Amino acid sequence: MNRTILIMAAALLLVCNANGQQVKGSDTVLPLSQKEAENYMKTNSTATVTVTGGGSGVGISALLTGTTDIAQSSRKIKFDERQKLKTAGKTVKETIIAWDALSVVVHSANKVGKLTREQLEGIFTGKITNWKEVGGDDLKIVPYSRETSSGTYEFFKESVLKNKNFMNGIMSMPATGAIVQSVSQTKGAIGYIGLAYMNRSVKAIHVSYDGGKSYTEPSVANAKSKTYPVVRPLYYYYETKSETKVKPFIDYILSPAGQKIVAETGFITLN
Amino acid sequence: MKRLGRISERMVEGVFTVSGAITGVAILLIVVFLFREGLGLFNSPSVENGYVLCVNAQNTAENLTVAEIKRIFDAEITSWQELGGGNGEIMLFRFEEIFNIYAEEELGEDYALLPEKLGQVIVENPNVIAYLPQQYAPTDMQGVKLLPVGNINISDFFGGKEWIPTATPAPQLGVLPLILGTLLVSIVAILIALPLGLGVAVYLSELAGERIRKLMKPTIELLAGIPSVVYGFFGLVVLVPIVQKVFNLSVGETALTGSLILAIMALPTIITVAEDAMRNTPRAMREASLALGATHWQTIYKVVIPYSASGISAAVVLGIGRAIGETMAVLMVTGNAAVMPHSLFEPIRTIPATIAAELGEAPAGGAHYESLFMLGCILFVITMIISITAEVISKGQPDKGI
Repeated sequence: MNRTILIMAAALLLVCNANGQQVKGSDTVLPLSQKEAENYMKTNSTATVTVTGGGSGVGISALLTGTTDIAQSSRKIKFDERQKLKTAGKTVKETIIAWDALSVVVHSANKVGKLTREQLEGIFTGKITNWKEVGGDDLKIVPYSRETSSGTYEFFKESVLKNKNFMNGIMSMPATGAIVQSVSQTKGAIGYIGLAYMNRSVKAIHVSYDGGKSYTEPSVANAKSKTYPVVRPLYYYYETKSETKVKPFIDYILSPAGQKIVAETGFITLN
Repeated sequence: MKRLGRISERMVEGVFTVSGAITGVAILLIVVFLFREGLGLFNSPSVENGYVLCVNAQNTAENLTVAEIKRIFDAEITSWQELGGGNGEIMLFRFEEIFNIYAEEELGEDYALLPEKLGQVIVENPNVIAYLPQQYAPTDMQGVKLLPVGNINISDFFGGKEWIPTATPAPQLGVLPLILGTLLVSIVAILIALPLGLGVAVYLSELAGERIRKLMKPTIELLAGIPSVVYGFFGLVVLVPIVQKVFNLSVGETALTGSLILAIMALPTIITVAEDAMRNTPRAMREASLALGATHWQTIYKVVIPYSASGISAAVVLGIGRAIGETMAVLMVTGNAAVMPHSLFEPIRTIPATIAAELGEAPAGGAHYESLFMLGCILFVITMIISITAEVISKGQPDKGI
């Protein structure tokens, strides 16, 4: 145990000395940051960027304790987190590096192809329990959710359920891949996943946020034009005083080369 | 020279004693740590720490339970009348909404004006219930009433049937479905694995030829080395659809699927330990039995199994231990729905899966974090009861006639 701590401390020191920077936080942003860091280090041989996950909350509290330079987050910084940083004498800056869209998916044989936000709220809070209530077959609805620790869970709760709680005893899966797997093999299933995880084994639902007037398909194009509503920004947070240190890396992500990687990893570019 | 030898002997003895003592102390410390963190739960307020609930002073509703608070904020209770208050529709106000009403600049330096503005909202809306950080709550303002909230109590925790630890403002921490789910999955798993495992053990130790035994034993031991996440993935992709088809269910992630996977995982442990115990039966005893005219089967039944009873019960305990503590595989195949288990064909959620899935993001020191430690304590107590029972049973078995 002690040895691991020592090794970790040594590694940390090395990283700091070598003009390196740490990125920590959201698991959603993790693959993107890793890819960006790899390519950044290829173009800039003196720089080292270390990327670790752990969750959005973990990243922001690491910023507070000073164990990371950049906190990656799939949600906006919370008010009390900002307060804590303020009392510690730290001011943070926020940069949006990409966007992510969530799509609602069902079994590929399901007749239902579109739902309103209110219907989705009903389904995930347990008020609507049969597909025939929303124009489908007489079949029990089986909603799948993510574990409570996930940023995706939190965003879905906020955006689609309007902060209400998921129904008691909803099925919760440890990873997005597990949701895709389960939805593809369960007839009455419905779940939500990041757009990057969409594949042919499941069917995406067209969603309406205006009470059924217009339904939009989740796609990169629609998310970009803001016609698809379930879209969230992905953030980088850093301290104002370490701006000179982290700026080159962030600028790289915002550059055309960096944004190309954003598109390749299945996220939505800024412009 | 002789003296030197004695000294070094003493030193070796000392080293052994010290290492024994260190292990004992470490285990004790872990248990103390577990219980200290867990028991802190009952000193935590039932509304999220650092936050308060405020209502208008004219509001007569009082003593809201945790479940009622949750139902208010889920818009399931919509009128104060249902809670013994006046006739009015409940208006929910979450702290962040203040920023929709006022721009940050209007709230003054360091949010100095924030409590005042929040107070105004509460005074102007007689039917409001506001969920605010303690730091900014307008507690001493006229027309604002603080709702008293108690601590999390033991009966709500052990008897509660809802597990929604991230519900704001009041987390629902009822562990009954989790405890029952864990026990159900493990007991069924053992019921499946035990006859199968003992059968294989008898076959391997008594009936199988040397060549088959030499081939099968390492294969079975290899099974014990497969990482549980691999079993979990196998379960999700293969077992889940099979269970769903065979029993014609709407969902394949059920308690039964979990039990099947756990049974498969517990088998190698049960087989190897039981088989070793049976093979340790002295040759003289078997031969004596055969010489007295007993058949092969009678020898197994009357001599080998009674002689290895304590080894077999050790196998059972290890098997149950593996089943109850297993995390990853169960996390992937049981659906993790925190509902009271009614049948084997419904999704359930177990204690280890809950701890694994939630501890990473639970804020350290909060009620959610402490309740996960409390779950760890419960798991610890369950396994302890099982091992003590097994110990008593194996001790109580008379070794007469052998």
